[in-house]
Amino acid sequence: MFRAFRTVLMRDITLAMRRRTDVFTTLFFFIIVISLFPLGVGAEQQTLRFIAPGVAWIAALLASMLALERLFASDYADGTLEQMMLTPQPLAVLVLGKVAAHWLLTGLPLVLIAPLVGLQYYLPPDATRTLVLSLLVGTPVLSLIGAIGAALTLGLRGGGILISLLILPLYIPVLVYGAGAVMASGDELGNVQAYFLLLSAFLILALIFSPWATAAALRISVE
Amino acid sequence: MKQGAHANQGVHVKLNLFRFASPAAFYPLAGRLIPWFWALALPSIAFALYWGFFHTPEILSEQKQYYRIIFPHVGAAWMSMWLYVVMVGWAAVGLVFNTRLSFMMASATAPTGALFTFLALWTGAFWGKTSWGTWWDWDPRMTSELILLFLYIGYMALQSAIDDTRRADRAAALLAIVGLICVPIIFWSINCPDPTQCAALHQRSSLEHVERNILVAMFVMAFGFWMYSFAVILMRLRNIILARERHASWVMQLPEVGR
Amino acid sequence: MLDVHALTCERGDRILFESLSFSLAPGSLLYVEGRNGSGKTTLLRSLCGLFLPSAGEIRWQGEDIRRLGEDYRRHLLYLGHHNGIKLELTPQENLRVAATLDGEPATAAAIDEALARIGLRGFEDIPARMLSQGQKRRVALARLLLTGTRLWVLDEPFTALDVAAVEQLQEIIAAFIAEGGMVVLTTHQEVALTSGQIQHILLEG
Repeated sequence: MFRAFRTVLMRDITLAMRRRTDVFTTLFFFIIVISLFPLGVGAEQQTLRFIAPGVAWIAALLASMLALERLFASDYADGTLEQMMLTPQPLAVLVLGKVAAHWLLTGLPLVLIAPLVGLQYYLPPDATRTLVLSLLVGTPVLSLIGAIGAALTLGLRGGGILISLLILPLYIPVLVYGAGAVMASGDELGNVQAYFLLLSAFLILALIFSPWATAAALRISVE
Repeated sequence: MKQGAHANQGVHVKLNLFRFASPAAFYPLAGRLIPWFWALALPSIAFALYWGFFHTPEILSEQKQYYRIIFPHVGAAWMSMWLYVVMVGWAAVGLVFNTRLSFMMASATAPTGALFTFLALWTGAFWGKTSWGTWWDWDPRMTSELILLFLYIGYMALQSAIDDTRRADRAAALLAIVGLICVPIIFWSINCPDPTQCAALHQRSSLEHVERNILVAMFVMAFGFWMYSFAVILMRLRNIILARERHASWVMQLPEVGR
Repeated sequence: MLDVHALTCERGDRILFESLSFSLAPGSLLYVEGRNGSGKTTLLRSLCGLFLPSAGEIRWQGEDIRRLGEDYRRHLLYLGHHNGIKLELTPQENLRVAATLDGEPATAAAIDEALARIGLRGFEDIPARMLSQGQKRRVALARLLLTGTRLWVLDEPFTALDVAAVEQLQEIIAAFIAEGGMVVLTTHQEVALTSGQIQHILLEG
């Protein structure tokens, strides 16, 4: 089973490396959104420092959602998805492999570029570190939950917008606690650890349930 | 008979209910029930409004007369949540037993649920304006209602985006179930954005402390809303049945369809 | 042994076929025939477990395929309208991934040999994007040479193949049947068998 997971993971990473566009579009979208806020809201230090956690997290949400459409679309179009569904492997494991690859290609870059946000938004080093960590724990949850939306909307017109409509409400807890963690890090009384416990709990729950739900959604969509 | 094949799909259950699991059998039954539900709904709602406006205290704290908007507001909020659970219940039955009628019930329930959510938001905004001076203030309860509205809309949007009825039903059903599982987490995160100090969930006093007349009005209103929901949902369900089964012979023979 | 009992499938508003029953024993070939839109592809997909029928049962070795799940899919190979290959990967890579996921990992040498037999010698390391339609189809067909499954479900496998490839595929299928395999096939091409039984099913649509 682990071999199947690894095979799918490596396959998807190889495909993305050869296509190249996916990784960069998500990353640049994130950077653009981050850069737009100071232009729209004004570049006053205090303001930016205050809105930074929310802005960073929302930009990560939106970037993550944009990339979701491509999670299954290509495999669906060329028939490899149904072939995967016909292997003797548990579909949830294969899904987990695809989602893991997806996160490595679209979520992890955001985690790595987050210090840029710290820079542009005058965040103290503590807050930047918390931001990076919160994204590290939270973006996999976004990929896992988003996969369910991507599986439900396979092959539909207006897929991207539809996914957003379906998935954004489900992202709210991660947003609240992810941004909350960063805000708490600036506050002496804030208990950042509690936030991370919650985020980790979400991650574990998502790891357990989401591949299974995504597999069910795929079976519905592929009929 | 086609309908028989669908009704007996899956599990052998001795309950009579499975006799009505086919659209053809349920259609006339629903038709007979609808007038009764309307007969229960309209007087209940009227009574609740009357009781709420005329038999409850003139002034409740500083909120003056306008607090009476809570009768439809609370009722609508309750309905919006209950109907979501009902919708998910039918969706789950449909997925497990593969019965078409269950999915039709879920589809019929969604718009009414969304309507109540919208009503709850609207009356809540009105109440907020008259009591606290703002139309909207991100109160956790109101925000939760807003999210619930998004969940309903997502369900309806997904269903209408998929052409194939079967896929649409099942995909939307799965979405609704996932939504229901996430709802407690979502509501909790909105209520307790700071995990170390949880704001009191709805500074709601226990029901014993609430004036009896107010309770009467609220429960009768809720009952009235339930009856209204049954009536409207069954009416919508009949339309859905007609639309989906339009090629079936029993539909062609109906007086309202026959030429 | 594949048994189908009283199978009914619907798509959208239409009933494609009702109460269809047949059995397939080792060493037999089943032709599924019918006009376009008569439900042939849906029947094949039902046999694979991709499509849920409205009524009826499909059994493999006496057990319902829905209950068997992986244990059924282990014995099954499906080639549908799509080739099921990634265009950015080479035929070697495509087949290696497919074989590993099928639970029958193949060595690079075995894959090269299969590709050579199917007429793609020299094309093993070119991205599939650069192959012709017929060549892409052959990559998909190469899986037949690498697999140890007992049941093949092939939906119009001869599409886009040239005459030589068509003959070769016919030989492959015939050899498979002679060894005791089972094949369910939709096609406009006749396949000449060396041994084994032939069955026909006509879907009225």
